Amino acid sequence: MRSVSDKERRVKATIKHIVMVLASLVMIYPLLWMLVSSLRPNDLIFREPGILLTTLEFSNYVQGWNALSHPFSHFLWNSAIVVFGSILANLVSCSMAAYAFARLDFRFKKPMFALMLLTIMLPVHVVIIPQYILFSNLGWVNTFLPLIVPKMLATDAFFIFLMIQFIRGIPKDLDEAARIDGAGHIRIFLQIILPLMIPALATTTIFTFMWTWNDLFSQLIFLTSPDMYTVPLALSAFIDSTGESNWGAMFAMSIVSILPLFLIFLFGQRFLIKGMATTGIK
Amino acid sequence: MSVVAEIRELRKTPKGERRKNKDNKAGHLFLLPWTVGLFGITLFPMAASLYLAFTDYNLLQSPNWIGLDNITRMIGDDRLHNSIQVTFTYVFVGVPIQLVVSLAIAMLLDRGMRALPFYRSVFYLPSMLGASVAIAVLWRQIFGHSGLINQVLAMVGIEGRGWVSSPDTALATLIILHVWTFGAPMVIFLAGLRQIPDMYYEAASIDGASRFKQFFTITIPLLTPIIFFNLVLQLIGAFQNFTQAFVVSGGTGGPADSTLFYTLYLYQQGFNRFDMGYASAMAWLLVLIISAITVVNFWLSKYWVHYDD
Repeated sequence: MRSVSDKERRVKATIKHIVMVLASLVMIYPLLWMLVSSLRPNDLIFREPGILLTTLEFSNYVQGWNALSHPFSHFLWNSAIVVFGSILANLVSCSMAAYAFARLDFRFKKPMFALMLLTIMLPVHVVIIPQYILFSNLGWVNTFLPLIVPKMLATDAFFIFLMIQFIRGIPKDLDEAARIDGAGHIRIFLQIILPLMIPALATTTIFTFMWTWNDLFSQLIFLTSPDMYTVPLALSAFIDSTGESNWGAMFAMSIVSILPLFLIFLFGQRFLIKGMATTGIK
Repeated sequence: MSVVAEIRELRKTPKGERRKNKDNKAGHLFLLPWTVGLFGITLFPMAASLYLAFTDYNLLQSPNWIGLDNITRMIGDDRLHNSIQVTFTYVFVGVPIQLVVSLAIAMLLDRGMRALPFYRSVFYLPSMLGASVAIAVLWRQIFGHSGLINQVLAMVGIEGRGWVSSPDTALATLIILHVWTFGAPMVIFLAGLRQIPDMYYEAASIDGASRFKQFFTITIPLLTPIIFFNLVLQLIGAFQNFTQAFVVSGGTGGPADSTLFYTLYLYQQGFNRFDMGYASAMAWLLVLIISAITVVNFWLSKYWVHYDD
């Protein structure tokens, strides 16, 4: 009796694995195909739906790298600056705000907390036009400042929320003890809370990386000269200039552009998935 | 606890007891960057955009009060109506399909399954890359005239078409792209499923309840808070999608405005034509639409979402 149900279970598990493997293949087939196509001569891309490489062609990478007014490394570098600045800004400003909301009691805390939650859901479109006018008056358009300064002011409230959740899980006894020992809030924050919230900081880092690296909308608005272009802008300028004619180079640079994301994904998966599951950020 | 749960909590908790020694100074100090941002980068711009919504402003001349003209213009703007229709189709077709798929896959990836982390990663990967220009570029090729889809169709003898260049199918390709990125809600569903105690299923099995029945009497009811949370978040997010439509249509929203997402039209009005007053009015309409849908969602949730407390 038992062996029958065991066998049945094994058959079921096998079927399920087959379904999952097929589904996985469908999911990543387009990505694999893009990778393979970037290593193929152009005319083959239009004829070959398979993902077996018969020739290895790196010319797409060379061509794509030099197709625009600057080598692609220039755009990678610009993106890196924006991403790095954004990460640093988010880590500092959001952790400070999170500490206040999670651990301190002060006037107007409740309405401020409510406002913070609401800003998470606020579409950026309702502030982007006056922000553009403001930054343009400050002479900041076509610099990286409009992309980084708002983050220094903790406008990515999602991360405040994520960190609040995390700090709430840290035992209060720890900071109470430090307080009895005479530590002030700044010391408690820097020496006790911050080191303990490294997982939340890592999640923030990874998500900021992802979102900023991918963000086309605000970079399109604030960066106007090719000199300042970031990776998303360079790729979309690429498609405008070469259009349908040079998919190989297009794909090659697409692969280059998602490679950092992919690496972050490999290393940061644990934090990514945990961060997703607990707060539901996308 | 999710943002949604937090908002619920906020609504129902009475004023908490106050501590005697408040950390007023420290609290406001730690919140200083955020407070400056709230007023300088959020609330003040919101007020400004509300004002601009009643003006005619092209950045060069100072704003010119025109009362309700932008609103009457919106009422008569066929491209705007079309963009609302496109966006609603995208949101109300794409989001439910994506949620159903993500729940189905999450159910398949249940506890104790071998290689679960591997599958989870594979399914999550597209949702991580999906918002990038690179994927939009890929989509443009895959669904193009000589793209991957048509190559596969040709192998089975079906003649394809230019899916992204035909007004009848262009939007559908973007919906498929949206569904493909189901990894994010899937991970949240997985976390939710994990919290359902095993003993519920064991008890139901002993009572002879079928898998099917268990799904509808245990899984779904206990998962309603997560479904609700995913629904609220995905709806809000989907309304604001921009990159894919921008890249796939080369910024035009074409063919024949069939992928003219609301945000894309707003971008065109504001930053191609520098019609800042009209774009501000559009931004406020978007806020109203999203808020209305979110409020209705919360209101309806009373009837179908079950919380433990």
